[in-house]
Parts: sequence; C-alpha cells; structure tokens
Amino acid sequence: MSIYGVLFEQLPYLLQGLGIAVLLLVALLLVGLILGLVFALVEIYGPLWARIPAYAVERFARGVPAIILLFLFYYGLGNLFSIGSFLAAVGALGFRSGGYQSQIFRGAIQSVPYGQMEAARAVGMSRMGAVAFIIVPQALRHAIGPWSNEFSAEFKDTSLAYVIGVIELTRQAHYIISNQHGHTLPVLLFAAVLYFIVNRFGNSLLYRLESRLEVPGFERRS
Amino acid sequence: MSQPLLVIEDLHKSYAGTEVLKGISFDLDRGQTKVLIGPSGSGKSTLLRCVNHLTRPDRGRIVLDGEEVVDKRINAIRATIGFVFQDFNLFTHLRALDNVAVGLWRVRGMDRRSARERAARELDRVGMGNRAQAYPAELSGGQQQRVSIARALAMDPRVILFDEPTSALDPELTEEVVEVMRQLASEGMTMLVVSHEMGFARSAADEIIFIEHGVIVEEGPPSQLFRDAQQKRTRDFLRIISGSYGQETAS
Repeated sequence: MSIYGVLFEQLPYLLQGLGIAVLLLVALLLVGLILGLVFALVEIYGPLWARIPAYAVERFARGVPAIILLFLFYYGLGNLFSIGSFLAAVGALGFRSGGYQSQIFRGAIQSVPYGQMEAARAVGMSRMGAVAFIIVPQALRHAIGPWSNEFSAEFKDTSLAYVIGVIELTRQAHYIISNQHGHTLPVLLFAAVLYFIVNRFGNSLLYRLESRLEVPGFERRS
Repeated sequence: MSQPLLVIEDLHKSYAGTEVLKGISFDLDRGQTKVLIGPSGSGKSTLLRCVNHLTRPDRGRIVLDGEEVVDKRINAIRATIGFVFQDFNLFTHLRALDNVAVGLWRVRGMDRRSARERAARELDRVGMGNRAQAYPAELSGGQQQRVSIARALAMDPRVILFDEPTSALDPELTEEVVEVMRQLASEGMTMLVVSHEMGFARSAADEIIFIEHGVIVEEGPPSQLFRDAQQKRTRDFLRIISGSYGQETAS
C-alpha cells in the first residue's frame, strides 16, 4: 500500500492518539498550574514549616526524570489505588509540571515591585488579599510568556506516557509502523507534523491571551 | 478641649543596630496639617510609616482617635488612614477609576458599581475625572499622584499621610499636586506630610516639625519658624531648602 493510502487509512487512529495527547496535556497542565501556584505562593509568602516541605517536593518534581516519575506513579500509586495508565500519566507529568510552573510563577510574582504590596496593605488589604487581588493578577500577565514554553515542552512530553501504556499519538504511530511493516519515517514525520500544528495553535492562543490582557507600561512585542 | 486625633508617643525604631527614631512624640488635632522636614536619613519617612505600621515601631505608641494602632486590627485601622507614596505605587494593572475603587470594593465590601461611582467622584475632586479610564503608565507623574490621593480619599480617611508626595515631580507637576493638597487642607482634612515643598508648608501647614538624627529639633507654626527659629540648625536647614525649593512658590 502506498504511504498516502496508509496515512489515509490510519488517520482516525492517529487523530485519536492526538486527542488523547491533548487531553493528557490539558489535564497535566491544570494539575501543574494549581500545584505550581501553591508551591510559588508558599515559597514566597509561606511560614517556614510550610516552606520546607514545599521546597523539598518541588525540587523532587524537577529533579527526577519524567520516565521514572511515570513508573513511580504507575507502579507505585497504581498498587495502592486502581488508577489507569492515563491518570498515572496525568499525576506524574502534572506533578513534574507543577515543579516547573512553580518557578515560572515565583519569578513572575517577584518581578512585581514591592511598592504594589505596600500600597495594597496601606488601603487595608490583608496580605492574602493583596496577593490575590493586586500581586497575582500582575504576575500572571508576566507569566504567560514563560508559561507558553511549559505548554510546548509538556505537549511534546506527553509522548513519554507511552512507556506506561497510554495510547497517545506516538504510541499509535508505533502501532501503525509495526502493523504496516515499514513506512517508519513517513508515519513518524506525519506524527511530528501533528504535534507541531497543535503546538503552534496552542501557542498562538496563549499569545492572543497575552495581548488581550496587556496593560500599558510594559515592553510589548512589536 | 477634645483629644487629639493622632497621638504619637515616644516612638523608637532601629534598623540593624542603628537607631533611626529616638523617641518621637507629638499630636495632631482634627483638621490640622503638620509638615515634617529634615535632612535625608533623619527618620521622617520611617516615622510616617510607623503611624500605619507599614514599618513596625520597636517601642512607643500610636493612638488614632482614642484607639491604639496595634497589629491585631491593623487592616481595619489602615483602611481609615490614607497613605500617599513618593513614587505613587498605583496598581499598574488597573485603570485610574479602579485604582480608586479597589479599596472600597475589596476592603469595604462595597459592590463594584457603587465603588466605581464613588471613585469617579473622588477623581473629579482631584481634577482627574476625564482620565478615569487611563492606566497609570498613561498618566504623567502629577496625574498619577493625584489619582493616588483620590485612592486615599475614597476610603474616607481620618488622616492622610503623605510621604514626599512631590519629590519625584518637576516644579510644574509639583504645583498641580500641591494645589490638590492645599485644597484638602483648607477643607479640613487632617494631614501629616513629609515634604520639603516650602510653598505648601507656608501656605497650608499649621505647624512644621523639624527632625534630625531621629529626634525633633524644633516645631512651630511656619510663620514663627521662618521668622525666628530658636535653633541655629533649624534656621540653617530652612534657609537651604527655601533656597533650593523656591519661596516664591508660596502663595
């Protein structure tokens, strides 16, 4: 069968794999967003008893290979609770992303001048209120740029989930290659193009969000 | 006689072993305006920041309207003390209107629409009604400072603290801010002002307090202090700042 025939025939599987990859991406980024914000806020504003475990967990998340985390979540947690490979992947990659995102948010929060905090406290806001209403809204605007990096990296890394049996795009490509006894490069290239397209699309959505939230007084991309 | 609105009693503050405030005491009556002057590093700003505990004093008492300023109720107390910063510190992500409204809405729990209506009135009061939709970065320094004064006014403050409100501004912009402050003083606002703007001090201050090395060197009404200060140091300092900041701006 010609390569075009193969791709056409197998397209539904590839798209299904892509759908799983996107679903995994969205879920892991959400987990990472929440964890990352919590880590960052605790590291900056938290009391010592909370800071120390937060540092430890966040360092672990960033300091261990993703594949080992995937195995740890799949075999480790999988032994204790009955989670499938997809949820294990969300947990492992989301946890790691939380570590990465914590440093994105930490940098963004610390780039907000201290005078903003003082002015908020001076009108009577609590520290938590000032963080929530004044500091974080400014910080998140600065975080979108580096966050788009995290978006791209994590999307590509969803392909790692295939080591614990998540049938995402890379896994589907492999299936096709072994079923068809060949066409290795074209199939992989096609998968690469799919990754690339979704990645660019996601990034341009993020850039659009960035310019919608833009406020005067900061350098912008011309 | 009624009690003073603000009592500052034996205030001490040290930074890393250096004593910046060495026991400052004075009162501020309702409707009074006092101007704190003194050389850089004399402790004026620290003193001002101690009043609403932006800086926590080591020792001494601050009593506002009969209530001691303590950490436990600090947010509620701060909401009734206006604070105007040298570099404005407007919230960069909010339009002028919301900079003024945000305290009413987030601290006072007012609904957003009433908060904005009130904010619009305060912006009018400082002559900034037509720039309500501008972001801070789109405003001149003088305009930003007027918005920040409106932000303080919106909270119905019992007293407004001004920390060198015109030091970042050129003479023209200074004048538009001073004009607003003068108007507030004449309307009976209670104000404590760190400033070397002698034009303002002469025309609006009830009293000038000269601070150096963390202690009050001399205090008195501007007319008296300018004419015959008791301390030589006060006379020298007044001569220098009057020269460099221009007496002729006094109206």
